[in-house]
Amino acid sequence: MNPRLAKALINGLLLGGAAVALFPLLWMLSVSFMQPGEASALPPPLLPAHATLGNYRELFVHAGMGRYLLNSLAVASTITVLSLACNLLAGYAFAKLRFAGRERLFQALIGALVIPAQVAMLPLFLLLKYLGLVNSYAGVIVPGMATVFGIFLVRQYARGIPDELLEAARIDGAGEWRIFGQIVLPLLKPIMVTLAIFSFLAAWNDFMWPLIVLTGQEHYTLPIGLASLAREHAQDSELMMAGSVITVLPVIVLFLAMQRYYLEGLLLGSVKG
Amino acid sequence: MNPPRTAWLFLTPALLVLGVFFLLPVIAALVLSLTDYDLYALANIHNLRFVALHNYWALLQRPLFWSALGHTVYFVAVGVPLSMGTSLGAALLLNSPLARCKPFFRTALFAPVVTTVVAVAVIWRYLFNTKYGMANFVLSHLGIHPLDWLGDPHWAMPTIILFAVWKNFGYNMIIFLAGLQAVPPDLYEAARIDGASAWRQFRHITLPMLGPTLLMVSILTVSGYFQLFAEPYVMTEGGPLQSTTSVLYLMYDEGFKWWNLGSASAVAFLLFLIMFAVTALMLKLARRGHDGEPA
Repeated sequence: MNPRLAKALINGLLLGGAAVALFPLLWMLSVSFMQPGEASALPPPLLPAHATLGNYRELFVHAGMGRYLLNSLAVASTITVLSLACNLLAGYAFAKLRFAGRERLFQALIGALVIPAQVAMLPLFLLLKYLGLVNSYAGVIVPGMATVFGIFLVRQYARGIPDELLEAARIDGAGEWRIFGQIVLPLLKPIMVTLAIFSFLAAWNDFMWPLIVLTGQEHYTLPIGLASLAREHAQDSELMMAGSVITVLPVIVLFLAMQRYYLEGLLLGSVKG
Repeated sequence: MNPPRTAWLFLTPALLVLGVFFLLPVIAALVLSLTDYDLYALANIHNLRFVALHNYWALLQRPLFWSALGHTVYFVAVGVPLSMGTSLGAALLLNSPLARCKPFFRTALFAPVVTTVVAVAVIWRYLFNTKYGMANFVLSHLGIHPLDWLGDPHWAMPTIILFAVWKNFGYNMIIFLAGLQAVPPDLYEAARIDGASAWRQFRHITLPMLGPTLLMVSILTVSGYFQLFAEPYVMTEGGPLQSTTSVLYLMYDEGFKWWNLGSASAVAFLLFLIMFAVTALMLKLARRGHDGEPA
């Protein structure tokens, strides 16, 4: 094939693909500024005739979207911090500390990955009901406080820390917690950032478990609130698009700002070993 | 050497969480699936009876279970190849030395992955609206009659598949792209000197070099697609005529709408068994395909 033709074809296909990927998101943004009813017309309007913030006002004032937004922020941040702590400690232990049965225990954890999370959901609901945690933030947070994926990611990364460094610190008389806090943690910073983004995005986007455990509106996270709004307001496209913008925008911004870390983590997590 | 006690101290928080909130519930689910745990047992635990494999037996005789399994298999069998094909195509385009503005295209194609399923499903419901949707508007310009995308039992699942592919293909694209970049360039150089066409280079260099990545990605994607739930929940509520009711949707309804937790646990375990069997089969086929070749 003629190289100029090939170049045009390849870039044309990429442009088309990018358009398909981005169009729904850009259109969502545009429709969210339209007057009620404006989007239900033929041909479908691409841009609002008279842009308005009315849909956002309606969502925050009457539909409780502000509450959902705060709930999502609180739940996702708490899960991120707590799971980071648990996963860092365990991942480092699996990579660098010696104890009997280390490899077997790690293999068992990796093996547990084949069990889909939904298998645990029904008894988990009963357990949390017994603990009085159904319909509370804690009910959403508690099962996400440690993840096999996170432990795996930290272990892969921490294996690169030279043993001599840790041994030298031990000979100097440093305790294990001090070694972890002053030597290991600073070295793990890149993977901490990666893992934090992963955990936050996963917690923010999670749907099935919060849907099950949150029974009252006052605790809804954004996806649950949006899904319940979508069932009530199926025809109010403009309102629903504004709700989608509020739900999606924070994660898109976070991703754009931290893209490099996110994609690195994605690749690190996909290498079996 | 560290004292072993420290290691266990470091492990305790994570193992405690995973043990209490994952391992224990999984074992409990197995036990639960052998009981008739329902609304009455929820009110008073003394109403609980052990029913052995009755839940499983009853499920296997319910047409709804088979249709939910059928819809899920349809979603997996069509969605996974379509999604992986799109991912691989996009990765090949991005990896081409002729492509320009690569960082922009990579970000744009990946963007749907980070979005929230519920929010983008709401967008798609609007795009595929029968009356005012963009999809039918475009079709009408091509002279094709409008389709009732989400309201027609024949079209609802294909629409959900299109949505899932759009939402997910970027993830595997990144993994494939890394795989492609790891192929030594001199292999292509040698093939070009021998006069191999682009297709033959793809068939005899790219695909074999990507082999292990392809296997891993297909196993992960298949398990992911078996867990279809949020898309039909938001876009179709399992309808029309239950044509998008997936196995997990059935589990959710059975467990948290009708409170038949015993029967719902049996649904969950059957799904797990099916996923496990499919994964094992894929690994076995891949191993057989490698006979004679150094893996």
